[in-house]
Amino acid sequence: MTVEIVEPGLASNVQDQGRPGYYNVGIPPGGAADLNAAATANQLVGNTVDAAVIESPYMGPSLRFKTATVVAVTGGTVPVFLNKEPRPQWESFTVAVDDELTFGFLQDGARIYVAVAGGFDVPLVLGSRSTYATGGFGGFKGRMLQKGDILPLGDGEGTPGRKLPESLRPVYSRYVELRVVLGLYDYRLTEAGRTCLLESEWSMTPVADRMGFRYSGPPLEWIERVQPFGAGSDPSNIVDAGYPVGSIQVPGGVEPIILHRDAVSGGGYAMVGTVISADMNKVAQCSPGTRTKFISVTMAEALEARTADRLYRTDVTAAVTS
Amino acid sequence: MSEQNVQSPLPGVFYYRPAPDKPPFVEVGSVVTADQAVGLVEVMKQFAEVKAGFDGTITAILVEDNGIVGPGDTLMTIETGA
Repeated sequence: MTVEIVEPGLASNVQDQGRPGYYNVGIPPGGAADLNAAATANQLVGNTVDAAVIESPYMGPSLRFKTATVVAVTGGTVPVFLNKEPRPQWESFTVAVDDELTFGFLQDGARIYVAVAGGFDVPLVLGSRSTYATGGFGGFKGRMLQKGDILPLGDGEGTPGRKLPESLRPVYSRYVELRVVLGLYDYRLTEAGRTCLLESEWSMTPVADRMGFRYSGPPLEWIERVQPFGAGSDPSNIVDAGYPVGSIQVPGGVEPIILHRDAVSGGGYAMVGTVISADMNKVAQCSPGTRTKFISVTMAEALEARTADRLYRTDVTAAVTS
Repeated sequence: MSEQNVQSPLPGVFYYRPAPDKPPFVEVGSVVTADQAVGLVEVMKQFAEVKAGFDGTITAILVEDNGIVGPGDTLMTIETGA
């Protein structure tokens, strides 16, 4: 019960729903950059949501199945082929021994998720099968997948023919609005700087991965001050502090970076705001050139959005498993 | 003779040259083989070579050096002898 990586694509790696609880010792939560797409892919093939899937940014891998099983592809919109015959996305289908799964060019979104019945049975590390490549552990040998890798599968017969209704599928756009809670250090920006952060249209740069997504746009203006002991000399520096996942830092006052699920846990850049947890999956599906606006929301609104995201998951579960 | 498109497999920044101080991979009129690199796409701090995909002659380069490209964008056209 294995799957062979015929071609890895670009930075394909194994992810599950992550390993929360170790950020205080510098180990990020990780998990699929788009947790919902990974969870749904699992539910389509009959897995629990937390089974391990393959995450492929921008470019699908080529996979050869060494066992008959059930597969589902979710996430970024991409033509899917089984032995060169088209297959649907957001719908589970059977594969036979030696079948080959390949992909065309990505059309929308950024990250493709491939779930297989039983999940990818890589070892649990700190309670998760997620790859943390920077730390060299988790996933398959602690690294991105390579040509010729043979991934073991867990037990599971699979459920072919499960389908996510169109109405519950995400719509990806080249223009996104990300809700942010301002702080903790937005007081370090001038009024003009804060306005600039929220009024500007930012463009996602190609410098974006599981650790962080960098954006280009106008420079932000900071309030001049005598830097406190322990802080760097640039106005965007602070005395080191913990970085929330989703926090936005602006090194040197230019090119904001949204920290994502493999982020470093702390450092000396002022965080001007934090993308709310409900919008982190949306960030994961952005590609270079995506026009982005930051929308300021309150903590109460952020929590409401999180509840709405959980209700969405309940709806997906009901629709897929009914 | 037929014209074929070289498409970008990835979104990112397209580079004509393997390094800033190196000559471009190809120019209009260059004769290339299918497995020859004709450019680089940078994304996620990684550089991926774009292969010609066809044996032939480069007839046009359709994107700018350092320009942002999307997956499936036509980067160049190649006239093949077949």
